Amino acid sequence: MTGSDQNKAPGSIGGSIGSVRDQIRQPLWLLAELTYACPLQCPYCSNPMDFASVKKELTTEEWLDVFRQARAMGATQLGLSGGEPLTRPDLVELITEARKMGFYTNLITSGVGMDASKVAELKQAGLDHIQVSFQASSEDLNNLIAGTDAFQHKIEMAKAVKANGYPMVLCFVTHRQNIDQMEDILDLAINLDADYVELATTQYYGWAMHNRDQLLPMKEQLERAEAVAHRYQQQQKGNMKIYYVVPDYYEERPKACMNGWGNVFLTVTPDGTALPCHAARELPGMSLPNVKDMSIDAIWNGSDDFNRFRGFDWMTEPCRSCDEKEKDFGGCRCQAFMLTGDPTNADPVCSKSPHHHLIEEALERGRLEAEKPITEAKPLVFRNPKNSKQICGL
Amino acid sequence: MAEPVFNAESVPVLALGYRFQFEPAQNCNVLLYPEGMVKLNGAAGEILQRISEKKQTVAELIAELKVAFNGADLDDDVYTFLEEAYNNDWIRPE
Repeated sequence: MTGSDQNKAPGSIGGSIGSVRDQIRQPLWLLAELTYACPLQCPYCSNPMDFASVKKELTTEEWLDVFRQARAMGATQLGLSGGEPLTRPDLVELITEARKMGFYTNLITSGVGMDASKVAELKQAGLDHIQVSFQASSEDLNNLIAGTDAFQHKIEMAKAVKANGYPMVLCFVTHRQNIDQMEDILDLAINLDADYVELATTQYYGWAMHNRDQLLPMKEQLERAEAVAHRYQQQQKGNMKIYYVVPDYYEERPKACMNGWGNVFLTVTPDGTALPCHAARELPGMSLPNVKDMSIDAIWNGSDDFNRFRGFDWMTEPCRSCDEKEKDFGGCRCQAFMLTGDPTNADPVCSKSPHHHLIEEALERGRLEAEKPITEAKPLVFRNPKNSKQICGL
Repeated sequence: MAEPVFNAESVPVLALGYRFQFEPAQNCNVLLYPEGMVKLNGAAGEILQRISEKKQTVAELIAELKVAFNGADLDDDVYTFLEEAYNNDWIRPE
């Protein structure tokens, strides 16, 4: 037995559950994206750009069937996400049933639309954990810290989360426009009496990719933020756990994305599409099996999509002969496709990739954008149905 | 070596947000916590199951384990495990 897997971010998808990859493949982690509806418009959202094309969400009974099937196959962790999952009127029922099935239930929410009685109701339903993510455009954050109504709402939510006996997990998505406020972010977490803080670097998928030039932090920002995070980690030892993840664009080796394709992680989107990761819909040549047409077992074990990048046979060089391929599986297939046009290429984050210059160029473009006077800077494109329809020609 | 956290009179409890359960699909005991899972070996499972089911002192826990395991001399192993589990944030003294 080992506890070493404890040192992973509680909010990192598939994080510590990857420690069981010595066993046969089981969908241990089910991420249920219940809805694309969301009262927020975060420009770093990982939802697909064309989310507005999804009209019909799975029904309560369809979701419960997905839960039952995944649970029977060994799933233990259920992430309820979106969009904003609180917009689903059947959320309490879904949690009640999932908890009865034996899932550890995680609600991933902005907290917008929640109040103290809702928190208590969710606890009653058996919800195990609420992760409150802070919408962290710098303006929001300034407002929060300056003590606006939103700030008061957050304080009340945080108190309600604590009062109901949940561990308090706060997630801040960091990017160029808020990363300089690291002290403020961490002071806020201390004031809220958080148990865990995840400083999640924006990952460049979906809307975040669209806004990459405006979101990529600069190296000197990162170094400063990292130093602050480490200082607080020392100060808060034994009190509040702070997880700080270096953004992959500044790494020399890629992340072990999803702990391996089709290995532990299963996403089901609002319309019932089953995906090996939440960005995989964007890859070319996907068959996009739907839980309304096929069993989870058939999708997980038999579908082309889930088998596509399992093992190592699909790899191209330099991954194929790389002695680190079992560690990182060549990185992220979606990132490889978005940046190089071919999902079988090495993730260009890797310094061994012949496409690594694309990462360096992206960082350079980000810097040029950051240095522009504010009047000339590209505006952030916000995630909302109007922009989705306009950009995707829906 | 840090000062031990547990003595005969301490009452170990699972840390906030942790849940112990048996997983038929894995055929083992596990600890579940926010977005994570630890698979437990046999001995860890025996100890944590008791901690999760009943509040009792370490001395009582050891006595119970001795009954279950034919009076085996397991005091040191239990204390070592409890400290390890504490360092992993799985349990805390009440």
